[in-house]
Amino acid sequence: MAPPRSFLWSRRIFLTLLTSFVLVPVYVMVSSSLKPLADVSGKFRWIPSGLTLRPYVDIWSTVPLAKYFVNSLIVAGAATICSVVIAVFSAYAVSRYDFRGKRVFTVTVLSTQMFPGILFLLPLFLIYVNIGNATGIALFGSRGGLILTYLTFSLPFSIWMLIGYFDSVPRDLDEAALVDGCGPLGALFRVVVPAAIPGIVAVAVYAFMTAWGEVLFASVMTNDATRTLAVGLQGYSTLNDVYWNQIMAASLVVSVPVVAGFLLLQRYLVAGLTAGAVK
Amino acid sequence: MTTTTAASAEPGERTVRKSSPGAARGPRRTGRIKRIGLPYLLLLPALVLELLVHLVPMVIGIVMSFKELTQFYIRDWGTAPWAGFDNYSVSVHFDEPVGKALLHSFFVTIAFTLLSVGLCWLIGTAAAVYMQDNFVGRGVLRALFLVPYALPVYAAVITWVFMFQHDNGLVNHVLHDQLHLTDKPSFWLIGDNSFYALLTVSVWKGWPFAFLIVMAGLQNIPGELYEAAALDGAGLWQQLRRITLPSLRPVNQVLVLVLFLWTFNDFNTPFVLFGRTAPDSADLISVHIYQASFVTWNFGTGSAMSVLLLLFLLVVTGAYLLLTSRGRKTADV
Repeated sequence: MAPPRSFLWSRRIFLTLLTSFVLVPVYVMVSSSLKPLADVSGKFRWIPSGLTLRPYVDIWSTVPLAKYFVNSLIVAGAATICSVVIAVFSAYAVSRYDFRGKRVFTVTVLSTQMFPGILFLLPLFLIYVNIGNATGIALFGSRGGLILTYLTFSLPFSIWMLIGYFDSVPRDLDEAALVDGCGPLGALFRVVVPAAIPGIVAVAVYAFMTAWGEVLFASVMTNDATRTLAVGLQGYSTLNDVYWNQIMAASLVVSVPVVAGFLLLQRYLVAGLTAGAVK
Repeated sequence: MTTTTAASAEPGERTVRKSSPGAARGPRRTGRIKRIGLPYLLLLPALVLELLVHLVPMVIGIVMSFKELTQFYIRDWGTAPWAGFDNYSVSVHFDEPVGKALLHSFFVTIAFTLLSVGLCWLIGTAAAVYMQDNFVGRGVLRALFLVPYALPVYAAVITWVFMFQHDNGLVNHVLHDQLHLTDKPSFWLIGDNSFYALLTVSVWKGWPFAFLIVMAGLQNIPGELYEAAALDGAGLWQQLRRITLPSLRPVNQVLVLVLFLWTFNDFNTPFVLFGRTAPDSADLISVHIYQASFVTWNFGTGSAMSVLLLLFLLVVTGAYLLLTSRGRKTADV
């Protein structure tokens, strides 16, 4: 049955407006990254006066962007891997076992979602400094400290989503594996994890994006050697000049990996949300 | 430290698995004891991390809020003198400068959060409902709509900063030069307009999440419901009101709570948009507390404000969960 015309028209108008709202900043980012400095410093123009790839060359020398990139990659990558593994274990325990304190655990973990990040910024900073003084393990200013912090940011959401996902994997499957002589971890890795791959991918994507985009802790807890992209991009504004074309080029460069990865994997994220968060 | 616990949990269990097929008929008791311990072992890494990075800092934060913690004591914060409830009374004396600013920031945050969550939900739901059935270009649009969500916060927000520039920004170019809506180019990142600038960015960045969740929720509504309703002569509007929205209720309850908490606590967006000190009209509470702690160096007061904020969030979330779960129970009956 075809929908009525009025519906089709309202849909066209709404979706066109929404698409422009979404795309205008993307257009600004792309077009400005190809403009000469004189063009981005003057009045805004929809059509660039001339196209140049110069900003894409200069971004690497104006600030040590490559170093920041590597730092971000290490921090976000390590945080993602650890957080996914830990979330898989926890979600499996909650989904498949009855044990004392189960409710307390889930409620505690979930409620950390509501804590404002600012609440533990300073205490965490003090703890890291104290651990450093006491044991010589440098957490403050190191990538390790950031990794540790970031992996807990995505953990509650990941555990929550994976519990829902694991619940949707029929219990008979891993019980059969247990009967066949698998240990509990064998059942987890041979049966439950493969069946829950979409949910696990979704959680990984979420964890990576959270770590890649975090600003607050990155700006307090890093030094020259460990600075991530979130802080590094501020280096393009100097006292005399703001290199808007380079800022836009650098923003685009740091965005491409996450956006591409996300768009490739978004199918899984939607599937993961359907099975996890929604139920 | 924590990574080693994660790693050691795994090989420890591997050995159990290897030995269990051979010993399956023999000593079952050890197997059973291990089973009982197993869930705790699996939870251990998550527990240790949550303790270290969330719960212990929270306790320390609460202790700090009772101390006179200025920059002189930051190296050895334990020696800072006790302040009793001073930090709290400073924060809640609403006729004094500190309390007044905090109260103002609180109301700004509430207004901002309600508007942002409402708009994100509205746009996300409308988009998801409009895109429920298949049409040409739907897949492309869906991917496009997720771009703001996928972009790293600082890259996205810095682009908006560029667009909001007074002299060379797109917003003034469109509003002033092209549409002639304003007498002269406006300032967007200082003064009263900054509230709307912040709101725009927050909605732009946040609505795709609502879209994603609602879309996922729509997939769970059986198509037969719509077919039956259409047979009974229900129009699209009625189908939306009688089927779609009620079916989405449990999804929406979770969605709204999550959006509320994320928006209320958002630090990244205002921080990249305005820097360490936000304009008065857009002085969100996280940035306000950051400013109280790290710019004016009064960590004790900053901690007290954080604790007050946490208490508020606890009460709101608790009340919300209570209300929605009661609603759900009566709906089931």
